Amino acid sequence: MHELSIAIDIVDIATREAAKENATKINKVDIEVGTLSGVVIEALETAMTEAIRDTMLEGSHISIHEIPAMARCKVCRHEFKIDDWLALCPECGSPENEVIQGRELRLKTLEVT
Amino acid sequence: MCGTCGCSDQEGGVTIRRPGDPDHIHHHQHSDGGHDHGSHSHGHGSHSHGHGSHSHNHGSHSHGHDHHHDEGQPAGHTHHDAGREIRVEQDILSRNNLLAERNRGYLEAKNITGLNFVSSPGAGKTTLLELTIRTLKADLDFYVIEGDQQSMNDADRIDATGVPVIQINTGSGCHLDASMVNRGLRQLDPASGSILLIENVGNLVCPALFDLGEHRTIVIISVTEGDDKPVKYPTIFRNADICIVNKIDLLPYVSFDVAKTREYAQRINPHLQFFETSATTGEGMEEWYEWLKAERTNSRS
Repeated sequence: MHELSIAIDIVDIATREAAKENATKINKVDIEVGTLSGVVIEALETAMTEAIRDTMLEGSHISIHEIPAMARCKVCRHEFKIDDWLALCPECGSPENEVIQGRELRLKTLEVT
Repeated sequence: MCGTCGCSDQEGGVTIRRPGDPDHIHHHQHSDGGHDHGSHSHGHGSHSHGHGSHSHNHGSHSHGHDHHHDEGQPAGHTHHDAGREIRVEQDILSRNNLLAERNRGYLEAKNITGLNFVSSPGAGKTTLLELTIRTLKADLDFYVIEGDQQSMNDADRIDATGVPVIQINTGSGCHLDASMVNRGLRQLDPASGSILLIENVGNLVCPALFDLGEHRTIVIISVTEGDDKPVKYPTIFRNADICIVNKIDLLPYVSFDVAKTREYAQRINPHLQFFETSATTGEGMEEWYEWLKAERTNSRS
């Protein structure tokens, strides 16, 4: 359950950034999680409900956006959606590709008052 | 905050000890202690107040924007405005990554080679380290950080080989992170020019996300596991530099296909370098020792 460690880091970053802006309350948090990030969104949601207790984020709306993973074929440069690290290029069949999207684990925006 | 339960314990239930240190019991009751996580419920999931649409309903006290909130504030002061947006755009793992880079810098400044050993429980990490240390300790200077949820067992085994070791107990935590290793390094104080062996908590999932500041990540898989482990736990194989297939002395008794494992793992990570060993019989260990010695020599230059 590394998701709780991740959730605690989210709360820390959010609290610090909100304090910089002299905010007293965080109302909404936008998070991006790539499908190859190694984080399970359902587990992160559960962890967030615990991590935000007694913090500026208590009662805030936690919005988690899933980012689909994309790869670029190293042979034909075709870009395609992938579900795992073993995907083959649908155009030329090559297993050689680089993941260009889907490893995100990012705190995007906060809405504060 | 505690990474296990989210309570306010700063150390997160983590203890760091040397073999022989007095017991340091972390009083941290997760079930029947002062804070009961089980019965606690407040529905954050279903909670919604539409900030975007400015409906602005703060639970029981709802106030419109035209209310008179005259408590000596200047005219026109909008008390609860609709909410400002802050663009953070920050990698959530950045704090761990930053601390990992500090650890890496510390190791490099002291010319120490840091290796992070990850595997599922029971793949033979400790046995492999024991044999490696006993065989090479005359030539190489070893320091060891042991990571486990509970117990001093692994640290005691390493202690018996005669090299300095500390045990990090993560409590219910499922991985080591850069902060734990940072604290561990301060206590261990490894000598310049040594090799730091970090044995992570037995787990193929969580340690994959947490850079510790090591130079190489070594994933160990034993032949008593499924040969499709790389496909099932791709993140850790993707991030590793070395893959050691251990317990090869048991190959005649199991249906593990080493070639298939290699093929799976190399499709996930084409740069992965393989060793096939038995830390019990010593078979295949010579190649691993040669790599380790070369790694140490290379970092000297």
